[in-house]
Amino acid sequence: MAKTTRKSHGPNHVDHYGFIFCIPFIVTFLIFSVYPVVRTFTMSFTDYKGYGVANFVGVANYSRAIQDPLFWDAFLNTLKMWGLNIVLQLGLALLLTIVFNDIKYKMRGLSIFRALFYLPNLIAATSVAFLFKTLLDWKFGSVNQVLLSIGLIKEPVNWLGGSAMTAQAVVGVVGAWMWFGNSFIMLMAGVQGISHDYYEAATIDGAGRWTIFAKITMPLLRPIMMYVAITSLIGGLQLFDIPYLISGTKGLPGRSLYTAVFYLFNMAFTNHQMGYAAAIAFVLFAIIALCSMVAYKLMNRKEEI
Amino acid sequence: MSAEKTKSGIIKGILYLALIFLAVLCVVPFWMMLINSTRSGNEIMTGFSMLPGSSLIDNWNAVLDNLDIFRGMFNSLIIAVSCTVLVSYFSAMTAYGLACYKFKGSNVIFIIMLVFMMVPAQLGLLGFYDLCNKMGLVNSYIPLIIPCIASPGTVFFLRQYILSVLPKAILEAPRIDGASELTIFHRIVLPIMSPGIATMAIGAFIGSWNNYLLPLVLINQQDKFTLPMMIASLSSVKDIATNIGATYLAVAISVVPIIIVFCFCSKYIISSISAGSVKG
Repeated sequence: MAKTTRKSHGPNHVDHYGFIFCIPFIVTFLIFSVYPVVRTFTMSFTDYKGYGVANFVGVANYSRAIQDPLFWDAFLNTLKMWGLNIVLQLGLALLLTIVFNDIKYKMRGLSIFRALFYLPNLIAATSVAFLFKTLLDWKFGSVNQVLLSIGLIKEPVNWLGGSAMTAQAVVGVVGAWMWFGNSFIMLMAGVQGISHDYYEAATIDGAGRWTIFAKITMPLLRPIMMYVAITSLIGGLQLFDIPYLISGTKGLPGRSLYTAVFYLFNMAFTNHQMGYAAAIAFVLFAIIALCSMVAYKLMNRKEEI
Repeated sequence: MSAEKTKSGIIKGILYLALIFLAVLCVVPFWMMLINSTRSGNEIMTGFSMLPGSSLIDNWNAVLDNLDIFRGMFNSLIIAVSCTVLVSYFSAMTAYGLACYKFKGSNVIFIIMLVFMMVPAQLGLLGFYDLCNKMGLVNSYIPLIIPCIASPGTVFFLRQYILSVLPKAILEAPRIDGASELTIFHRIVLPIMSPGIATMAIGAFIGSWNNYLLPLVLINQQDKFTLPMMIASLSSVKDIATNIGATYLAVAISVVPIIIVFCFCSKYIISSISAGSVKG
């Protein structure tokens, strides 16, 4: 008995249980996370259709993807919509963070505002897409009706059926509308993680509140802003459900709402070109990984200065 | 001095107005949705009103006659609840295994997990579909539920959580008394971890409830549709698509439960995001 007690202090006799506790995770992870990625990768070198025999075609799918103007158009669309989205989303979140951390004005009601700002984020993208599709309807949509009645516009705007630009702008703005509350909460958490000592020291040294913001808050917030931007990029380049549904699964007007994953989805499940779609998935992944690495490098370099 | 005070008072007022305006922007689409779901298609076409109409019952009947929306809700509920239970239990177990025992390979597992947290979901999508297809799992909920056992993000969070809330010494006493490791996990570790698990569970529930791409790829049998799939198929249901009021109502039915949940758990939800950001 005494022996067991002593043993449990040193290298532990029960340590193999750690592995046992991980087994359900490991098994599921290998089957449903690792294997699918490996399978997608092997698929990308074949002409697999989703059924039947697959022939090895080498890197043909990759060279096709790199030369496919439709893929790059879709990618560019994704980038435009995400770009507008992230600028609005982060800009607004940063502005709100500044307002709520201002030592002079001491704004109240943070928890209520935070909850309200976060609300759109909870709703399923399908419901959001359908809601805005209906609200923004050219002839019968409530948004045009309200704007007309208060005289902001003279005739109904064809938000989703008119030009490529308005349709893409709508998707970007709706994305920002959904996500800015999330970014705001993250930035606020980041500010609260900054030690009060810095602020006290700065105040004692007579720094004004703008100096404090620019010299203390902003630099210390940069890692979190980067984190928000990178996770948003990973999510944003996979933009699918809102453009897919808001355009009635067609990507109209003029393919402007066709995104990269939308293209991949159609290639795989409508055109039955699984092999090619798999190559697109990896090209997209390579771009995302590259962007994340560049962003990460840039961030670290700036911090060293 | 007093001029300075009024000036800052005015700025403060403007700031509050801007905040309220932004809050209104966040809520107004939902308000419009609720209002419009009580109005008839014709009323909606002629103009917007801030006051509810009287066609809620007609719209309700139009939705229920043409769309088995509560069936979709039930399906989504089964998937989301099962997924939440699996995420909570197995993520806690894995996190405990990784945090409180030293075994060979634990670092490898941890690093692979971190790598996969950065891998976008679409990367494995086609392989996942192919796997399910070959295993005969198309139109089954298994591929939507079982993978929840392995949620790297949740394990990562809970591992950090255990390290900060669970003193290892607490495990020694029951061990000496001869309790099995599993009993210790169930009786001691799980209760201590429950606040952390709760925050993660809410996130898992909402994520699963709102998931669209995966069910879209895997399920094509109408009676197995999840709620988001039903909403997405609204425009193909003629009697609803032609009655805008019914469209709004169907969307409202899908949105309201989440809003109600949010009213009760907003604190947990927000703290789970804050936790996510600190980990970054």
